[in-house]
Amino acid sequence: MNLVRRVGLTLFAPTLALIVALAISAIVILAIGESPLVALRELFNFGDSSASQIQAVTVILNRAIPLFLAGLAVSIGFRMGLFNIGVEGQYRLATIMAAWVGSAIVLPAPLHLLLIVVVAMAVGAIWAGIAGVLKVTRGVSEVISTIMLNFIAIGLASYLLTGPFRGTPEGSLTIATEDLPESGRLASLNGLLGQLGLAQPRTDLSGFLIPAIVVGVVVAVVVKRTRFGFDLRASGLNPAAATTSGVNAKGMVVKAMLISGGLAGLIGLPDLLGDTYHYGTEFTSGLGFLGIAVALLGRNNPLGIAFGALLFGFLDRAALSLQFAGIPSQVVTIIQGTIVLAVVIANEVARRIAIRQAERSGANLPTAGPPAGEQPATVAT
Amino acid sequence: MRRARGRSIAAALLLGCLSLAACAEDAGNGNGTGTGGNGGTATNGGTDPTEETPEARVGLAFDVGGEGDQSFNDSAVAGLQQAIDEFGIESQKVSPNDDGSNRAELLAQLAEQGFNPVIAVGFAYDEVIADVAAEFPDTTFAQVDGSNAVFDGSSKGPNHTGLLFAEEQGSFLAGVAAALKTETDHIGFVGGVDIGLIQKFEAGYVAGATAVNPDIVVDVQYISPAGDFSGFGDPARGKIVAQGMYDGGADIVYHAAGGSGGGVFEAAAEADALAIGVDSDQYNTVGDPALQEVIMTSMLKRVDVAVYEFISSFIDGTVEGGTDIIYDLEVDGVGLATSGGQIDDIQDEIDSYKQQIIDGEIEVPTTP
Repeated sequence: MNLVRRVGLTLFAPTLALIVALAISAIVILAIGESPLVALRELFNFGDSSASQIQAVTVILNRAIPLFLAGLAVSIGFRMGLFNIGVEGQYRLATIMAAWVGSAIVLPAPLHLLLIVVVAMAVGAIWAGIAGVLKVTRGVSEVISTIMLNFIAIGLASYLLTGPFRGTPEGSLTIATEDLPESGRLASLNGLLGQLGLAQPRTDLSGFLIPAIVVGVVVAVVVKRTRFGFDLRASGLNPAAATTSGVNAKGMVVKAMLISGGLAGLIGLPDLLGDTYHYGTEFTSGLGFLGIAVALLGRNNPLGIAFGALLFGFLDRAALSLQFAGIPSQVVTIIQGTIVLAVVIANEVARRIAIRQAERSGANLPTAGPPAGEQPATVAT
Repeated sequence: MRRARGRSIAAALLLGCLSLAACAEDAGNGNGTGTGGNGGTATNGGTDPTEETPEARVGLAFDVGGEGDQSFNDSAVAGLQQAIDEFGIESQKVSPNDDGSNRAELLAQLAEQGFNPVIAVGFAYDEVIADVAAEFPDTTFAQVDGSNAVFDGSSKGPNHTGLLFAEEQGSFLAGVAAALKTETDHIGFVGGVDIGLIQKFEAGYVAGATAVNPDIVVDVQYISPAGDFSGFGDPARGKIVAQGMYDGGADIVYHAAGGSGGGVFEAAAEADALAIGVDSDQYNTVGDPALQEVIMTSMLKRVDVAVYEFISSFIDGTVEGGTDIIYDLEVDGVGLATSGGQIDDIQDEIDSYKQQIIDGEIEVPTTP
């Protein structure tokens, strides 16, 4: 009974959020004089041929991979009660440094790739680490410092791109670093799709899908199954209690920021290693901010974040087919926004219900103290 | 109160259920309906019965910012609309998502769904259009602001045409007008983003101003550095930058900053000074009479002409491909707007400079 209720409560929040978001979006679509039914059909319109369906799935996955990594990066901070808004700057700076190092050096393929990944993670970690160190030594709120570091990182990346790291000649309209040599590129998964007997998509399915899944599993295990993960969650839930029980709170802040930044460093790599092979003025920006939404959507749980990233990728793809049906693509932005808002509100509603239930059961059974403390915890994680 | 809220939540839930139900229903029978092109896309303006309906189905892919920017993208729409009115062709307009990450997919889908020609608006398509053009060799592509030549010397393909503008020539005339009109011998230039394309505007403007008055002071400032495109859509910062120039003694400021230009006009109105618009005739598009007064002229970039002429030559079957078409002063692809009549008194001098540029007597630089 208790289990049923708890599962029901867990599913209740996202379901409610999705329904409310769909309802609001339907009203908006009606208000601009279009049919919500057409919009819904276009959301699921993947084309008729299997090739176009595979292509649609590829587009969704390619979009979801960086969003998943961004969500993971943000979620590590959230778990600790740290709001790392600086993921945006961390990945931009990490990507340009990785692109530059990768293009300047030639190594055997696996080592070359490894080097690029290590550089990206290190730069991201160091940049986020600045905010962590500022917090523990000077008490600077990481919200403020990471926002400010974003501006510095983006400005610095612009300077590096137009100055020392510039690979395109003067006068060209787009500016980029030198392309990575062959050994620094990651093969796509299209060959694998072929072996599975599936149609070939028109665009490459990013080879970073597999590393991303591995990273997700590692993060899940570390957070759920290790001493470090326990300390992390404990510090996030109740810093005072965690400190009392022997957790080094300052050390945890720095470590959490380092890990968060290191994960942020990976965000640009699917594009860098598998698609553009350089960082440039047209490199996809804004993924760090979207990551915050994805982490909220996934409630900081790696599996949830994967769903959140896939949902965003799914909606993003639909922006195109909606336009072909005459519905403005901004509708998708509205849906994404309402979903995130609805999820946040629904989580809060679910949390309150859980607390109320816990209080009620606590009143009936005075001995059931621990579950009362645990209920909100499971919702919050 | 509480009751009312309860009811509205119930209503929202009900609506949600309805749309979900509709979705479920649709999954059952909706598979047969083909992809796209089935709503609000087809347009058929007065076709002449004596003429055959042309085969062109135009796909227009916008830059980030999309339709409704009252400037660059809308100019492309105007050109498309003219072609629709004249030839009665079908068309489809699409915008990329906010971060532009799906630009390649956008072009590919247009081509895949049979739209031909496909016109991409903006140099931002540089990174992807060559690949897509190679993938769809039977589709004719055009790119506004994007050259067919790639910097490494290769071409974006035989089925790609670059529609380029001599912004430096139009900006030269803007510089001439500003230098003739200034009372303080001090003018300004606000660029949106510090990239090659906008530097062309700056180079021409400064050259034009110094051609009239070698001692003129020209303040030059960009709102954001390369790689940060916020400078094209930030009126607040556009206003601050322009204010600084007016406070420093400039009395005419030319902006090439897209959506940030609105802030430049506001600063001009507050400083009781003048400004020069860009891309479209901003005297007509700005909408606010108070701001209209300060817009001395605008440097026109006739994206509409380029788009219209490209569609028209596609229909005639005369698209060459693998090359660039350059819209300069000679073909009136760039020029100064005269709405508001503020430069009527110096029109002769402007025309004389224009003629000298056309005749090649003045070579306008493209880099500052």
